[in-house]
Amino acid sequence: MTQQFYVSPEQLMKDRADFARKGIARGRSVVVISCQDGIALVAENPSPSLHKIGEIYDKIAFAAVGKYNEFESLRQAGVRYADVRGYSYDREDVTARGLASVYAQSLGAVFTAEQKPFEVELAVAEVGATPELDHLYRLTFDGSIADEHGFIVMGGQAERVSAVIAEGWRPSLRFAGAVRLATGGLSSSADQAAEQGDAAGILPAKAVEVAVLDRQSETSRGFRRAFRRLNYADITALLAEED
Amino acid sequence: MQETTANQVAGNATSSFTEHLQRDRPDLLPYNRVMPAAAGAAPLQVPHATTIVAMSYGGGVLMAGDRRATMGNVIASRHIEKVFPADRYSILGIAGTAGIAIDLTRLFQVELEHYEKIEGTLLSLDGKANRLGAMIRGNLPMALQGLAVVPLFAGFDTTAGVGRLFSYDVTGGRYEEHEHHTVGSGSVFARGALKKLWRPNLGEAEAVFVAVESLYDAADDDSATGGPDPVRQLWPVVYTVNRDGARRIPESELAAVAGRIIEARSADRREA
Repeated sequence: MTQQFYVSPEQLMKDRADFARKGIARGRSVVVISCQDGIALVAENPSPSLHKIGEIYDKIAFAAVGKYNEFESLRQAGVRYADVRGYSYDREDVTARGLASVYAQSLGAVFTAEQKPFEVELAVAEVGATPELDHLYRLTFDGSIADEHGFIVMGGQAERVSAVIAEGWRPSLRFAGAVRLATGGLSSSADQAAEQGDAAGILPAKAVEVAVLDRQSETSRGFRRAFRRLNYADITALLAEED
Repeated sequence: MQETTANQVAGNATSSFTEHLQRDRPDLLPYNRVMPAAAGAAPLQVPHATTIVAMSYGGGVLMAGDRRATMGNVIASRHIEKVFPADRYSILGIAGTAGIAIDLTRLFQVELEHYEKIEGTLLSLDGKANRLGAMIRGNLPMALQGLAVVPLFAGFDTTAGVGRLFSYDVTGGRYEEHEHHTVGSGSVFARGALKKLWRPNLGEAEAVFVAVESLYDAADDDSATGGPDPVRQLWPVVYTVNRDGARRIPESELAAVAGRIIEARSADRREA
């Protein structure tokens, strides 16, 4: 019988955490900003069909960085959880807090029990009637959960992007301002790569994925579902708009 | 070993909410209950939803339902709504056992939204119609015990650019209808009226008028169908669906239409 080498629990957890952190750091960043019009979710993502941002329920959206297959399975699980809950109780009983705590439990269970931890970081956002009632939750690979105020930045260059967003963030921002701030922040991490070769500066609209949770979706569009994915034309128009 | 894992993942991947419930929470499905066969017992007294009419018009389809549910000879509800939006581009109306029908409608609405969220795209109109058929077939054991649900489904086919109409039988059989169709206890009378009132390429306002008038005729001869009720200010529920999506016709418009019909019929002073 082969004897396993002894590894202290501290070392084991540290190794797993380092492994997950490395995986996440390779990915491009995602920004979630709460503003006056609602919540804007902006990701640096050149693919128009493999999304990093998704709709979970009427007022709840999801954003992720890391390995696609891992966060996609979490997104689908979230949609199932929300739909089952809303179907068996009522639509208003589905909350971001409930969903975030389910995510925290599953991420925590995977981190300790599985062969390898999930290399993902998630944000769960819920838009409220006023900006004070917005909820932003950040979930990390080990199942830690944080209730954030104002904005969340996740991914490889999170610190650098976060510094830019923190400087420009105001609760009075409209969607145009929030999306511009987010793309500006994401571009600040992109220029490093751009320095070596082609034109630096702002990310083109083709390279970002943008979705919003409309605070006034019922009154302005007549939809209970606040989530709206913006296409290329919408993003260009929004970026060109004056405040 | 690896192949079985891949098979398992593929087998578990479903975009259908109903399939997910069937697997994980079968107790939540409206059907799927085994009820003791009550031989020779009197049929269960439960509210029944009655007449639904649907028709095509220039640019889309329209569906209307009266507001009555009956339980034997008693009016169980004067306010019940039996026509619902299923998603942005489709609507459904239900006749039959009200409790099961309303739950089926809710399930169908979640089914369509669930697919859209998981797949990131809308289900095709034929796909939606087939899913509804499968749900009605799922209810067959209950239908055999007298708790049948018969829907009518209409939607705008965004690829073909036309409005389409589907009817069903209790076994889940799906039939595409052209021009117009009716279901429920007053359907025979409503269909008779529609045959005389409906014309190809009606305008939307005319179509609303025709729908309300055919329900008026159904209510005239079928005791289980409720007519327009000016005393309680209750009008039929009417939805249209066209290129711009589903829209509920506002109460004020329906009040005016019903008022015109009642006025015209009173002025005629005729027996039928």
